[in-house]
Amino acid sequence: MRTFLLTRALYSVITLWLLTSIVFGLVRLTGDPVKMKAEAGADEAYMAQLRRDWGLDQPLYRQYISFLANLVQGDFGHSFTKSLAVRTIYFERLPNSLKLGLAAFTISMLLGVPLGMLSALKPNTWLDSFGKMFALLGLSMPGFFIGLVLVIIFGVELGWLPVLGKGNSAFVGGDPSTWVAFWFQDWQYLAMPAFALGWFFSGAMLRITRSSMLEVIGSDYIKLVRLKGIPEWVVTVKHALKNSLIPILTLAGLNLLVMVNVAVVVEVVFNWPGVGQLLYDALVNRDFPMVQGVVLMSGLMIVVLNFVIDVMYAYTDPRIRLSK
Amino acid sequence: MATVTAPRRSTVLVARVARRSLWLTRELPVIPLLVLAVLTFVAIFAPVLAPHSKLDPVKPTKEQCMARYDMANCPYVDNLPPFWLPHGSWNLPLGTDYLGRDMLSRLMYGARISLVVALVGTLAAGVIGTWLGVLAGYLGGWWDQIIMRVTDAWLTLPSLVFAILLSSVRGPGLWNVVLILTLVFWSRYARIVRGGVLGLREQDFVKLAEINGVTKRRIIWRHIIPNVMNTVMVVFSLQIGVAVIIEASLSFLGVGVPPPEPSWGLMMAQERESLMEGRWWLAVFPGFCITLLVLSANMLGDWLRVRLDPQLRNR
Amino acid sequence: MPPLLQVQDLKIYYFGFRGTRVVKAVDGVSFSLEAGETIGLVGESGSGKTTTCHAIVRVLPPGASIVGGSVLLEGEELLEKSPREIRAVRGRRIATIIQDPMSSLDPLFTIYDQVSEPAYYHRALRGRRLLQRVQELLTAVRIPSPEARMREFPHQMSGGMRQRIVGAIAQAGGPQIIIADEPTTNLDVTIQLQYLNLLKDLQRASGVALIFVTHNLGIVAKMCDKVAVMYAGKIVEQQPVRDLFYTPKHPYTRALLDSMPKLGSKEPLYAIPGQPPDPSALPPGCSFHPRCAHAVERCWTEEPGEQHLGDGRTVRCWLPLQEAKHA
Repeated sequence: MRTFLLTRALYSVITLWLLTSIVFGLVRLTGDPVKMKAEAGADEAYMAQLRRDWGLDQPLYRQYISFLANLVQGDFGHSFTKSLAVRTIYFERLPNSLKLGLAAFTISMLLGVPLGMLSALKPNTWLDSFGKMFALLGLSMPGFFIGLVLVIIFGVELGWLPVLGKGNSAFVGGDPSTWVAFWFQDWQYLAMPAFALGWFFSGAMLRITRSSMLEVIGSDYIKLVRLKGIPEWVVTVKHALKNSLIPILTLAGLNLLVMVNVAVVVEVVFNWPGVGQLLYDALVNRDFPMVQGVVLMSGLMIVVLNFVIDVMYAYTDPRIRLSK
Repeated sequence: MATVTAPRRSTVLVARVARRSLWLTRELPVIPLLVLAVLTFVAIFAPVLAPHSKLDPVKPTKEQCMARYDMANCPYVDNLPPFWLPHGSWNLPLGTDYLGRDMLSRLMYGARISLVVALVGTLAAGVIGTWLGVLAGYLGGWWDQIIMRVTDAWLTLPSLVFAILLSSVRGPGLWNVVLILTLVFWSRYARIVRGGVLGLREQDFVKLAEINGVTKRRIIWRHIIPNVMNTVMVVFSLQIGVAVIIEASLSFLGVGVPPPEPSWGLMMAQERESLMEGRWWLAVFPGFCITLLVLSANMLGDWLRVRLDPQLRNR
Repeated sequence: MPPLLQVQDLKIYYFGFRGTRVVKAVDGVSFSLEAGETIGLVGESGSGKTTTCHAIVRVLPPGASIVGGSVLLEGEELLEKSPREIRAVRGRRIATIIQDPMSSLDPLFTIYDQVSEPAYYHRALRGRRLLQRVQELLTAVRIPSPEARMREFPHQMSGGMRQRIVGAIAQAGGPQIIIADEPTTNLDVTIQLQYLNLLKDLQRASGVALIFVTHNLGIVAKMCDKVAVMYAGKIVEQQPVRDLFYTPKHPYTRALLDSMPKLGSKEPLYAIPGQPPDPSALPPGCSFHPRCAHAVERCWTEEPGEQHLGDGRTVRCWLPLQEAKHA
């Protein structure tokens, strides 16, 4: 297991380096952030000043080195509009996104996994077709569309749920009393955006669960368990489910990528003050360092998440746990 | 139906694709194809089919002006409802938007945007990604390591977030979106194609060619590429839906296809205020179109995947 | 006294393409098994041996239909049992060993977990008694240091060990019959003999009856008391083992015997000409006639019925072989 974990850790570091370099390279190669900011008709002096501020007047290799050096020290840049470090603002907003993300993840698991299991246990029945259609629909509707539809139905027509914002709950790092309450307060604000986000994701969960279970159910060892005369529910829950869960959880974790994507538009639709909306605001305000910073942080989060999943994998699968 | 496992050499790639398409015409998924055909038709012939202009407001009639503004003349009538609601008319079956432009016409032209952007972007990404995947898979060694590490890192970035980043340096614009799609999506092709090539490389007919001294380049063109086409087609069809959503999302956020062009995503963004005032249809119609297109593309892609490539069946 | 297991005229068909395509996987199979006896089911792939065994314990795939026949276990009709009832039979009265040891054990559970399951569910053993039972079982299949091995996982064991554990699992429920479906086919040749000896010892110790499915006549000679040769879903010959080898009655059996390489012989290897038939398009008359050296016109048109030659011997042939073959 140790070798496994070390290899994965090394791999994560390399991926991080490559990722940041790619961001660096592409940004420099495909356009000019200064022009973007100054598009509203500005003069040379202003643009030159911007270049100096953003360090864009240096030779490329110098920029790269200072870029990497900053990153390693945890400096992801400074927001142009807010005069704060990107990192600070990002972490301030992160709990909101996490709250939304976790709620959506839960919804998607609750919707997708049982339906996927049923689909796998009764393949090619109407139940299966229903499940497949549900999954397909979830994956085909853009997140902002679902969000808008929910707003129309529940916010405008029925008036049941508030449409914008997240309410007043706040996660204050310095105040422990908010640490727990934060996750559960103001659920009405959370309901619609979490569902919009979770719906998209539940389609993917359904498919993964279905295909993973089908593969397990068709395997030789399940056949043998049946031949032992074990009660059917034990076969399903003890053996089939446990064996399917590993790929389900892995792919679920990787699908978090998709969720981050959709989260951006959902947060914009619902005015949810998370990281996605941060990105959008930065974009609209042409705050390039912020945009770059948020992207880098997202990448970092995902690499870390993947590594965490690897670690979980290492502990739950005896084939890895007991290896060298 | 038997999955074709025996790979075949083909001198002309196009002939092979055509032959395969003919074979596929059994058990077609009729509805998605029909929908896609209709959408494509509408997209191509929008200038002919659309009753009104996509950019200019509709010239209103006296009655409409009177009804809305109590004036004999007005430059445009905004927010006319669809034909099934009061004040709606068959002349403008889906109503007008906030600037008095005909909804139906704009939706038709919007099909063009979505289709062109998604197709070109996905195609370009496919060409680059397939090529890199083949190189990585077949040449192995350092090629493989470098290309794959870069691909993996590339795949770590969420596509919309990545697209927004690139948007911030390039700005909005239809061809910018195409470029962004290409840059974001090639990595998906590369990863999957490489997997397929790794399997192919071990097959006897490839080894035979190698033993007989056929050059690597020839092997790649005559053996490897024709046989990964299956996989590529499946990925292509599945990626189109994603591309449409990304383009719509970018336009929704204001950094995709810029106004006044009628991108469906943009139309939804522009009509958000109308939602609050109860005019839900202005935002829902474009969204519905997007869903229709993506759903059909996904259904087609799923069907292709089952038919063509068992390797991808469980993805 | 009625036999332990009696299979009579079992028919299992697969219906495909909305009933237009019929595959007669098993077409009128009859045999019986006494307590402690070993019967060998021999045949090429696709002859219906595995399907027959699956039918006995009712684990057929969804596409298969049991069209006729009966399976009596100590006089009880197994084909009419409800799913719950048949589950009480599986593992407890009839256990199964399947072919591939590398994939037949659940990778996420310990050996103890998997071996104890049948004893837990069928014999209601718990706690210390269960632990002891598992140790006994593992010792009986000659797994060294069973207490340590119990806590390990399948991937830590070799193929031979895994197959022995599968044997222990089969014994765990205390069954009267064990169906061994090609248990040695995927094992190293050197391990095969050990395994067969093990099975024989287990049988001697517990008195369990054995249905041994194989395509290898050598194994049959070693393990079985009587043999049923299957071809295209039917039993074409059934005899006590010595008689089968010395006086085979069916041309197919004879051909199988002829194709076995003989140690020290310099004769060219004989292979049965032709291919086994497509089960969805069986030849008319006797299914073997296209490959039979003795076929006459009658064989092409009329299907031979099962002739009973006394003492449980049967043959399906219009011209059963008469002369003796010296093995």
